Amino acid sequence: MAKNDDVKVLGAWPSPFVMRARIALNLKSIDYEFLEETIGSKSQLLLQSNPVHKKVPVLIHGDKPICESLIIVQYIDEVWTSAPSILPSDPYDRAIQRFWAAYVDDKLFASMRQIKSLEGEEKKAMVEQATEGIVLLEEAFEKCSKGKPFFGGDRIGYLDIAFGSILGWLRATEKMGEVKLLDEAKTPRLVKWAGRFCADGAVKDCMPETDKLIELAKVLMAKMKGAPPKQ
Amino acid sequence: MAEEVKLFRTWSSPVALRVIWALELKGIPYEVILEDLSNKSSLLLQYNPIHKKVPVLVHNGKSIAESLVILEYVEETWKQTPLLPEDPYERAMERFWAKFGDDKVLPSLWNVFNKQGKDQEEAIVPAQENLTYLEELLRGKIFFSGERIGFLDLAFGWLANMVSVFEEVMGATVLDNQKLPSLSAWMKNFMDAPIIKESWPPRDKLITKYQALREARIEKEAPK
Repeated sequence: MAKNDDVKVLGAWPSPFVMRARIALNLKSIDYEFLEETIGSKSQLLLQSNPVHKKVPVLIHGDKPICESLIIVQYIDEVWTSAPSILPSDPYDRAIQRFWAAYVDDKLFASMRQIKSLEGEEKKAMVEQATEGIVLLEEAFEKCSKGKPFFGGDRIGYLDIAFGSILGWLRATEKMGEVKLLDEAKTPRLVKWAGRFCADGAVKDCMPETDKLIELAKVLMAKMKGAPPKQ
Repeated sequence: MAEEVKLFRTWSSPVALRVIWALELKGIPYEVILEDLSNKSSLLLQYNPIHKKVPVLVHNGKSIAESLVILEYVEETWKQTPLLPEDPYERAMERFWAKFGDDKVLPSLWNVFNKQGKDQEEAIVPAQENLTYLEELLRGKIFFSGERIGFLDLAFGWLANMVSVFEEVMGATVLDNQKLPSLSAWMKNFMDAPIIKESWPPRDKLITKYQALREARIEKEAPK
């Protein structure tokens, strides 16, 4: 295989952002080497290929590094143009999916990940915020899917990848926080969609197990409590 | 079918300007709807119920929010005067740095703006580090996108105007022209570029607005 065709993903198993890159490559049936970072340390390769953020995922295509998960997904869609398309062809549909993907990252995931360390009224408020966001995504699903199984239609697309990749942590948060975020009563379509997403061939091998995420979260939270106060 | 393009903006919003520049550069006729964010119109709330902010583009009745999402939509809908390069890697780079601008550069500058004294001195360090990345990006180029203004220039356009406004209001320098010559040159080139130069909000109004904003914020942070 020519060097220009080498595809590597620098990642870590718990990261939803890393999952996005892997799902996109899987959808396109692209072989890649998964280079797993050790949690708690950063490899030379990571520091070299993402000097600005020093974070995973990094896609290394040939000798070119690409960073930021949603930018990586778009890159994959634009380089490997064979079916399936990850973004839809219509500019308005693309804009809607980009809008909601940004919402998942900027609003939903941010509020969701705080829940497990909160208590009482603060926790209640954050849970409400997160569930309101998911209800908005239920409406978005109705509009985007147009009666089909995924946001992207018949197959997983950009917004499925953006939102679906946080399902592992969503379930871990539900268990740890003893709360319901994806609710049969409030968001029935998304509950079914979540099942389909996690079972999809492009997803199931890189979706982390909920219990493993919970174990990791507990270890990290304990470390943080033991650490000196942050400046 | 007649095209109907409307843009919701405020007189001062730097991110709404991104969309104005894109529409103007591509020669697309549009109607401006001027908003007052302290008194939002029912139309704005209808077209952007999630964030209730500007800019919002309405094209033949369909609304799109979030300036960088709108830029990509404009680029994909009207193909003349392309703003993004064709090569996927170059496109990924422009998107990466546009995100860096919004996620890191702008907040770090706000952090300097909202502070004073020692706190401000400390805040200047990461802001200058971020600006140094932009200096390196520009090396050997007139514009971020190359020979002509492109997506990344529009994404960073706010810098050309707002840095000097901030510096005047704060009475402090963040952008050292000597240390960041390429970035300083870009700011001047972008500021004075055709189409761009007609679009800037009145500077005296901006100074007044940001002076009031800074006073309010400093007072809020001050120890009681």
